[in-house]
Formats: sequence, C-alpha cells, structure tokens
Amino acid sequence: MKALIHLRDLVKEYHRGEESLRVLDGLSLDIAEGEFVALMGPSGSGKSTLLNLLGGLDRATSGELTIGGLAIGELPDAVLARWRADHVGFIFQMYNLLPVLSAERNVELPLLLTDLPAAERRRRARAALDLVGLEHRMTHRPNELSGGQQQRVGIARAIVTDPTLLLCDEPTGDLDRKSGDEILDLLQELNREHGKTILMVTHDPRAAERATRQLHLDKGVLQAEVR
Amino acid sequence: MPFTRIVRYLPLLWASLRRRRVRTTFTIGSIFIAFLMYALAGAMNHAFEQGVQQAGVDRLMVQQKVSFILPLPASYLNRVKSVDGIERVSSANWIGGYLKDAREQIPTFPIHAEEYLDMYPELLLSRGERQAFLDDRTGFLVGRAVADAYGWKLGDVVPLKSSIYRRKDGTNVWNLTIRGIFDMRDEGDSRQLLFHYEYFNETLSDSQKDRLGWIMVQVKDPSQADAVGHRIDALFANSPAETKTQTERAMAQGFMKQIGSIGTILGAVVSAVFFTMLLVSANTMAQSVRERTSEIGVLKTLGFGNTTILSLVLAESVLITAIGGLLGMGAAWFLGLQLGTALKTYLPGFEVDPVTLVKGLVWVVALGLAAGAWPAVQAMRLKIVDALRRG
Ligand SMILES: Nc1ncnc2c1ncn2[C@@H]1O[C@H](COP(=O)(O)OP(=O)(O)OP(=O)(O)O)[C@@H](O)[C@H]1O
Ligand SMILES: [Mg+2]
Repeated sequence: MKALIHLRDLVKEYHRGEESLRVLDGLSLDIAEGEFVALMGPSGSGKSTLLNLLGGLDRATSGELTIGGLAIGELPDAVLARWRADHVGFIFQMYNLLPVLSAERNVELPLLLTDLPAAERRRRARAALDLVGLEHRMTHRPNELSGGQQQRVGIARAIVTDPTLLLCDEPTGDLDRKSGDEILDLLQELNREHGKTILMVTHDPRAAERATRQLHLDKGVLQAEVR
Repeated sequence: MPFTRIVRYLPLLWASLRRRRVRTTFTIGSIFIAFLMYALAGAMNHAFEQGVQQAGVDRLMVQQKVSFILPLPASYLNRVKSVDGIERVSSANWIGGYLKDAREQIPTFPIHAEEYLDMYPELLLSRGERQAFLDDRTGFLVGRAVADAYGWKLGDVVPLKSSIYRRKDGTNVWNLTIRGIFDMRDEGDSRQLLFHYEYFNETLSDSQKDRLGWIMVQVKDPSQADAVGHRIDALFANSPAETKTQTERAMAQGFMKQIGSIGTILGAVVSAVFFTMLLVSANTMAQSVRERTSEIGVLKTLGFGNTTILSLVLAESVLITAIGGLLGMGAAWFLGLQLGTALKTYLPGFEVDPVTLVKGLVWVVALGLAAGAWPAVQAMRLKIVDALRRG
C-alpha cells in the first residue's frame, strides 16, 4: 500500500514573545491508506498538535508533510479549507456539535459547502446517521442525546462527505466504557468495511489495541514502534 | 459566498437567533422602535414637503406687516390691482366658520369669487356649478370632504356660523345655498368652504365692515414675483397698515421652516435612535460571536472558509436588523394608514411613502452590516487552533 500520509523531519514550534516552545521535534512517519493508527503519549507531548497539522488546521514550522501527495502546508487558506472539507473528517473529544441544530442539521453542515441540492444533502445526512445507528434520533438536539449518541452524531458528521482520512482526538475520552466500546466498534467498522484511514489519539491502552498500529509520542519525539 | 447560497444557510442563521431568545428579542425590539420612529418621521416630512410643493409660485400673499392676524383696509384691493405685473387679485378673511359646534371649525373664506376661482386651478369644479355659484350672491361652494361628511347635495340651504363676525342684526348665521361641490387636484384636501365676500361684507355691522384678512395676487410672470411683491409693499410703506408680501411658496417654506426645526429635531432624534440601535445590535453580535468561538472553530475545521464565516456573521446581523426594521416600518406604514385619515385635515400627506421605505431598506442593510462588521472580521480572523483550545 502506498503512503497516504508522509512526514519528514516535521517541526512545530509555538512562540510566545521571546520564548519558543518546540512541540514537535523532527517527526518522520508514513501512514498507508487503510491503516488504523492509535497515537498515544503523555499529556502535552504534542498529540493534538500533530493531528492539527495533519488536518491542515495549523501549519508546521519546518519539515515535509504531504497527504495523498499534496503538500498541504503550502496551500493558501481558502484552498486548504476546501481540501479539509473534501478529504478529512474530524472527531473531537467533546463532540463539538452545534447545540442549536438537530442531529440531522449537524450532520448536514459539511454538505452545505458542496453543490448538492437540499434533498440530496438530507438523504446523505440520513444515510450517515443510519450508519452510526442514530436514524431514529435525527430531529434531536445535542442536549437531548447521551454522550455516546452525541459522539455518533459527531462521527456521522465526519464521514458524511466520505473523506479518506479520519482524525480523532480522544474520541472516547469523555465516555464510559460501554459507550466508548461502541464508538471504537464503529471506528473499526469504518476502517475495515469502508476503508477509512484513521488516526486516533487516545490515552486508553484498551482503545489503542483496536488499532492496527500504535504510535507513542513523548516530548515531541516518536518512540520506537512495537508492531 | 454567492447570494443564492445564503438560502441554504438560513436554518443555521435562524437557529443562531434562537440561541438567546431574550437577547434577540430585545435587540429586535430596539431596531423595531428605531425604524418605527424613522418611518413616522419620514411620514411627517412627507407631509411638510407636500405642503410646500402644493403652494403656488405665481401667487403672492399680501398681509399686514406687523401681524398677519391684523386685517387690511378693503381699499387696498383696488390699489394692489393697479400695481404693474399683476394678473388678478382676490382676498379672503378668516371668519372662524363652523356649522354646529364652534369647536369644529372648517376653513371658511369669503372671497372675490371669479378671480379666486381663476387663480386656483387646483380647485376642480364643473363649469355649470361654477356659473351657478357666480350667479347666486348667497351661493356656497363646499369641498367634497365637507359635503360628504354632512350628506349635503346641490341646492341645500345650510346655516354657516362665524365665531368672529356678527351681522348687523346681531346674529352670526348666514344661510347659504350650495351651488357647487369641488374637489382638489391630486386628491388634495378639500375640507374648505367658500362664499361671496361682497354679500358677506354687506351684512356686517359697521365696525367689522370693509376688512380684508389678506390679499392674494396672481402675477403675470412668476419670475417677477419678488419684484411685484416689493412694489406692493412700497406702495403702502409709511402708511398705518404697512404690508408684507410673499409668494405662497415662500410662506409655506417660512411656515415649514418653523415646523422644519421640528423636522431637524426629529431627524436628530432618529439619528440618535439609529446610533443607539447600532450600539445595541453591534454589542449583541459581538457577544454572540464571542460565545460561539469554539463553534466557529468547528465550522472552520469542517472546511468553512474565512469569507464564508465573515458572510455568515454579516448575514446574521443583517437578518436581525431586517426583522426589526421591516416590522418597525410595517407598523409605521399601518399607523400611517390609520393616522393619515385622522390627520388629513391638519397634516395632509402624512403617509409612509415608498421613498422613505426604500431608504429605510438601505438603512436596514447598512446598519446591519455596520453592526456585524467588527464581530465578522474577528470571526474571520479567528485561528482554528485557538478557537478549539478556548472552547
Ligand atoms: N496554540 C498554542 N500556543 C502555545 N502553546 C501551545 C499551543 N497549542 C499547544 N501548545 C503547547 O504544546 C504542547 C503540546 O500540546 P498538545 O495539545 O499537542 O498536547 P497533547 O499531547 O494533545 O496533550 P493532551 O493529551 O493533554 O491533549 C503543550 O505544552 C501545549 O501547552
Ligand atoms: Mg490533546
């Protein structure tokens, strides 16, 4: 399989006044299409920072970063936004749904950026909710749903545009074991049956075992891999 | 973001408005008041301007210089007539005319009929009725509005009373025969009564006889109106009753100037209200964007571009202003219809006209954009990483 994600000597520094903080210290990494990668590491080790760079939410200080052969760090803001909409799905620890919108409207959000007509947008939103097992909760607002259900809506929103890459930042971090397991089942299904490449940040070794590959980040440096 | 795209974002915008219902309601309320006041002030202005426009350019009014309530000697009429550049003259008196109740006065003028009717072509009257009125010394010309209100028809004899003048016999009633019912051009106010000065003057006691309230002059050449006015005033200079002659339009303008200062105050109040409204809605927008920092971050994560975010915030701001503004102007328009009828006599032309409404729509958009501008720029500049961390 060819590498979907390709990193060489990736560095990310944050500057605050005179101080500069090197959060990612020369990462090199390849992730193939279809992999399910768990990213572990202590708090503050730079996991979220890496995810942000991969998703084009932030720009690296130096180094190489290509996704699907595209050097996303060099794209102008507007093109990068468009690229995100087409190729990446984000799943957050706190779900980050819009509280004023129904589950269906939340899932429809990314489709507003497409040229699809309203009926087709609706159809796709429903299909995505169907996939995560929430077809009967379409009209509910986030605050009428349990944490696990909200995260499913979050997943449906992430996959509704059918992206190649799913980036999940502690998707089960705020859930109890049972709901967490259900979410992991779902991610595994998306990886195995729908061929999504997934990069998941987690603190939970049990969750990491679901992945096909585990990475450990410490102080901005990747540890030797145990396959 | 192309305009047609906005439609698909409406549910999102609408949901944003409902997020803080109370705050949204208060904000829309303040916009409502602002535009209600704006449109009512516009209606007022419309009434003033119509008054000035309807005033003639080729007609002069001659009055006592000291005060327009003092009468002129009747002999002035012929002397004015002799001045160069004059087409015709008539006169009128304010008699405090009424029919039943002295508190319900109707503008009633004894006039030099033929000249008066020639001078005021905006008074619409059929040839037959005109002639019938001219032929009857005790004839009465009544405006359609009055005739309709009292159910009068041609040939009716009605008792006109004056709260100022008395007849020789001590009474204050003149029985007049309706010979004509007139309309005003452009649906102007026809609440007016006219009858013959000569007959009126003959019936008066000596102490009130031979007085003219004011003299109306039609000049041959409107461009010479001012010069003719000076000549008339020169004629009576240093006499016991000096005159002051002005064009009707100048008079209307002078009158409007007095009311105009009310207009200026109104304008200032509307500006202040608009400004306050701007502060209120700008504050609302700023708060609502600040509260949604992490949501804006999420939208950007999903691929919403900076210009889309900017447009969404601006659209939300304009939407709020539009709801309040349209409701406010709608209410004013409705009030205008109600009040317009009631105020017809005192303030004809009081209506929320299309020009005011169109200008109002421009204000709606401008104020909406202004209120949303700063928050929109902040939302646009917001970095995703910061927004997500802050949320
Ligand atoms: N925008 C920023 N400005 C300055 N410093 C930042 C910024 N974002 C992250 N950092 C710093 O970078 C380091 C790595 O942060 P990051 O969020 O990537 O950690 P993490 O591995 O995701 O931790 P956690 O497990 O707690 O989520 C931290 O020390 C953090 O304080
Ligand atoms: Mg993190």
